[in-house]
Amino acid sequence: MLSYILRRVAIAIPTLLLLIVISFLLMHAAPGGPFTSERPLPPAVLANIEAKYGLNNPIYVQIINYIGGIITEFDFGPSFKYKDRSVNDIIANGFPVTLTYGFLSFAVAVLVGGALGIAAALKQNSWLDYFAVGVSIGAQVLPNFVMAPILVLTFTLWLGWLPGGGWNDGQWNHLILPVIALSTSYMASVARLTRSSMLEVLHTNFIRTAMAKGLPYRVIIFKHALKPALLPVMSYLGPAFVSMITGSVIIDMYFSTGGIGQFYVNSALNRDYAVMMGITILVGGLTILFNLIVDILYAWVDPKIRY
Amino acid sequence: MMVDVQKMEQLADNLAAQDEVQGRSLFADARRRFLKNKAALVSLIILIGVLAFSTFGHLIAAWSNEEIDWGVLGQIAELGAPSIENGHYFGADELGRDLFARVVQGTQISLMVGVIGALIAVVVGTLYGAIAGYTGGKVDNVMMRIVDILQSIPYMFVLILLLVVFGRSIFMLFVGIGLISWLDMSRIARGQTLTLKNKEFVEAAIATGVKPITIILRHIVPNLLGVVVVYATLLVPQMILTESFISFLGLGVQEPNTSWGALIAEGAGTMQYGTLWQLAFPMFFFIITLFSFFFIGDGLRDALDPKDR
Repeated sequence: MLSYILRRVAIAIPTLLLLIVISFLLMHAAPGGPFTSERPLPPAVLANIEAKYGLNNPIYVQIINYIGGIITEFDFGPSFKYKDRSVNDIIANGFPVTLTYGFLSFAVAVLVGGALGIAAALKQNSWLDYFAVGVSIGAQVLPNFVMAPILVLTFTLWLGWLPGGGWNDGQWNHLILPVIALSTSYMASVARLTRSSMLEVLHTNFIRTAMAKGLPYRVIIFKHALKPALLPVMSYLGPAFVSMITGSVIIDMYFSTGGIGQFYVNSALNRDYAVMMGITILVGGLTILFNLIVDILYAWVDPKIRY
Repeated sequence: MMVDVQKMEQLADNLAAQDEVQGRSLFADARRRFLKNKAALVSLIILIGVLAFSTFGHLIAAWSNEEIDWGVLGQIAELGAPSIENGHYFGADELGRDLFARVVQGTQISLMVGVIGALIAVVVGTLYGAIAGYTGGKVDNVMMRIVDILQSIPYMFVLILLLVVFGRSIFMLFVGIGLISWLDMSRIARGQTLTLKNKEFVEAAIATGVKPITIILRHIVPNLLGVVVVYATLLVPQMILTESFISFLGLGVQEPNTSWGALIAEGAGTMQYGTLWQLAFPMFFFIITLFSFFFIGDGLRDALDPKDR
């Protein structure tokens, strides 16, 4: 087990380094430096500024400094556009917001989707089953950027029940629409996955044996069927996490919630590479970490996995 | 016992005259199964309809996608609603352009991105997976670790970074989408190759001294086609989703070009003024097309892979 964990970590670290180097090189390849503007600066001033930000060093020194800064001080460097703010400030501002509704959406997707899938499988071919299948097929074509306008149109413009944007320190009524918009399609995927794997498990021999020896239904489901049925769902959690983080960009932009997604797109439009890079690396690091945790959990739960 | 001689002779004649029993090919079987699948068949018809709309739509349109209708500009909510009389079948957008022509244009671009993205995935992913699976050993290990690494990067962020650094253009969008779309395909192709490479016909090819690359191209890849086709059909909507996602943020295709994502974003931005048609028409085409692709993909999977039931 320990060697398995070490091996997974050994893959995770180069992945993260690769991500940093790729985004750094991409940024470097961009035409026009961060200080080129319509009014060209005098060469002496430009040289001074570049020296201050360390841009006059050879590129490999810059990369090493950047990585060193991240590792030792968790420092992503200054923003090129907002002179008074560092990338860290921007992340510190936006990240808690993203984390709040991201976590809620993740919980909704997994819990509601899982419950719906299990209920549908246990009552196969009932109205509940058809409802679950219908929802999961329908939600497949309702990604967050389609859900968001539909929700705002219905609940804000027509019914006037919920605010159509803003954050307001995470007040509950500002959270509902973003969470629904973000979680719907993943909830559907979780429901579909849970349903099919639960059905598969219910038709296996060991469940038939348990039925035959007269175990109470509740015990069969919760003690014997649930664990193997949830394994495929677990392996979906990694990709779902990535998609949620990606989806948060849409949510931030559409609902103006002020999360990192909003900063990301704004810095993309402003060509503020430092912020883009910082957020990309942060998100990449989180993704890699999350995948690592899921993989280790999976290996721990599933006895069939060889280390 | 009396034997009906006449009847026996007739039977013998029939047998002799009858041609060899027609064998059923895999393809014919698959087609029969696909045509029995009502949802897939209806989806196919809808998809052909959408294709026809995107190809011939501009012939019906009364306005071009660039013309501005000065008669409705500034009063879109009152005058720009869908109507047959003024030629705006789907209404006008907030700049007074004809939404019908814009939706035709957006459909063309979205479908093109979807199909080309899936095509890149098919070519690169199949070859990559087949080579990795067939070669095996260390090469396979390294090649699949690379896929692992690329897959654990949140590609949407990298894609946006790419688009910003190298300028937003349709070409760059293709490159960016092509860079990530082949990963899943390569896994699937590799998995299939692993089961194929120990079959007798491959062994026979090795025994007769065929070069590995020829074996891959002539014996492995054709046998992968069934699976590849199914996943390609499911990849097209994924690519359309990716493109629409980026265009919704305003980072994808740029004016005067447009796509479903960009049109939905425009519609979502103006819906509080009561111009709902701007949201409804692009969204309608987006949703029915995605639905169709998913159902066709499911239908193809059931048709081509009878084991998987």
